[in-house]
Amino acid sequence: MTVTDVQQDPTTLTLTIRSEYTSPIDRVWQMWADPRKLERWWGPPTFPATVTEHNLTTGGRVVYFMTSPEGDRHFGWWEFKAVDAPTSLRFEDGFGDETGAPIPDMPVSSIAVDLADSDSDSGSGSGSGSGSDSGTTMTIATTFPSAEAMDQMISMGMAEGMALALGQIDDLLAADNA
Amino acid sequence: MCQGPDPVVDGLGADTLVRPGSRSITYNRMVVEIPTETPPQRSDDDVADELFHALADATRRDIVRRTMVSEHSVSALARMYPMSFAAVQKHVVVLTRAGLVTKEARGREQIVRCDIATVHTAQRLLDQLEQVWRDRLGRFGSVLAES
Repeated sequence: MTVTDVQQDPTTLTLTIRSEYTSPIDRVWQMWADPRKLERWWGPPTFPATVTEHNLTTGGRVVYFMTSPEGDRHFGWWEFKAVDAPTSLRFEDGFGDETGAPIPDMPVSSIAVDLADSDSDSGSGSGSGSGSDSGTTMTIATTFPSAEAMDQMISMGMAEGMALALGQIDDLLAADNA
Repeated sequence: MCQGPDPVVDGLGADTLVRPGSRSITYNRMVVEIPTETPPQRSDDDVADELFHALADATRRDIVRRTMVSEHSVSALARMYPMSFAAVQKHVVVLTRAGLVTKEARGREQIVRCDIATVHTAQRLLDQLEQVWRDRLGRFGSVLAES
C-alpha cells in the first residue's frame, strides 16, 4: 500500500486520499464487501471494530461497534447511497445506538470510494516492471457538512486517536523501507 | 568546530565493514541516496513559503484587509485597483492557494471572503482526519496482503 496523493479542501471540508495496491481490483473490493475483512482494518487494534450487520447494496446498511480498551462499545452505522461493484461505493457514516439507529444531532460524514485498475496508469513511475498482475488505485473522499461536525467526530475519536499515534510509528518505519 | 587528529573521522568505523580505502565512497553514496528516497510532501515550510509569498505583494495585502471586513466580488475588487480584471483574478488565486481567502461562485459573480480562523480550523481538522485515513489504509494494505 502506498498513499500517492492527499488533497485537503478546507472550503468544502473534504479530504481526498489516493492509494495504490498491487492486488487486482476484485480483491481490493472484498476489503469492503467482506465484513470479516472490513472489521480488521476499520478500527485500530486497540479499538477493534465488530460488524453486526452488513448489506452491501444501494439503500443497505452496515452496523458496527468499536470496543474501547475499557470494554465500552461505540456503535456506528453506514448507509449505502450507491453501490457499483467493484468500482464505486457511496455511503454515509455516523454514530448510532445499540440497534444501529442514527443518534439525532450527531455528525454524519459522506464517503465516496472509487476503485480503478492501475496497470496502464503512468502513476509516479517507480519502475515496477511489466507485471501481468494489474494493480488497483483507490480514491476515498470524505466530506463533512460543517467544521463543527468534523470537530465533533474527531474529538469523539480522541481515545482512538491516541492509539493511532502509536500505530503511526510502525507506519513510518514501514514507509522507510518502501 | 572540531579539531584534532584522525580518530574523530575513524568514529565511523564501528559499523562500517568496508575497508578503509572505500569508506569515503560508501559515505558519499549514502548522502546521495537519502534525498531521492524522501517522498514529496508539502511541508510546513512549503505552506509558510506560500503564505509569505501571498503576503509579499501590496495589492494582495490590501485584498486581504478589505475581505476581512466584508466580502467582495472579484469584479468589485478589480474596480479598486489600477489593473485589469485578469490581474486581480490572479492575485485572488494566489491568496486562495495560500488559504487566506476563499472564493465562491454566486450567480455570475465570484465572491471573495477572508476568514482566516475558519480556514485555519478546517485545515487543522483535515490534518487529523488525514492521519485517521493514513492509519486505516495502512491496516487495509496489511489485511489485503494476507488475503
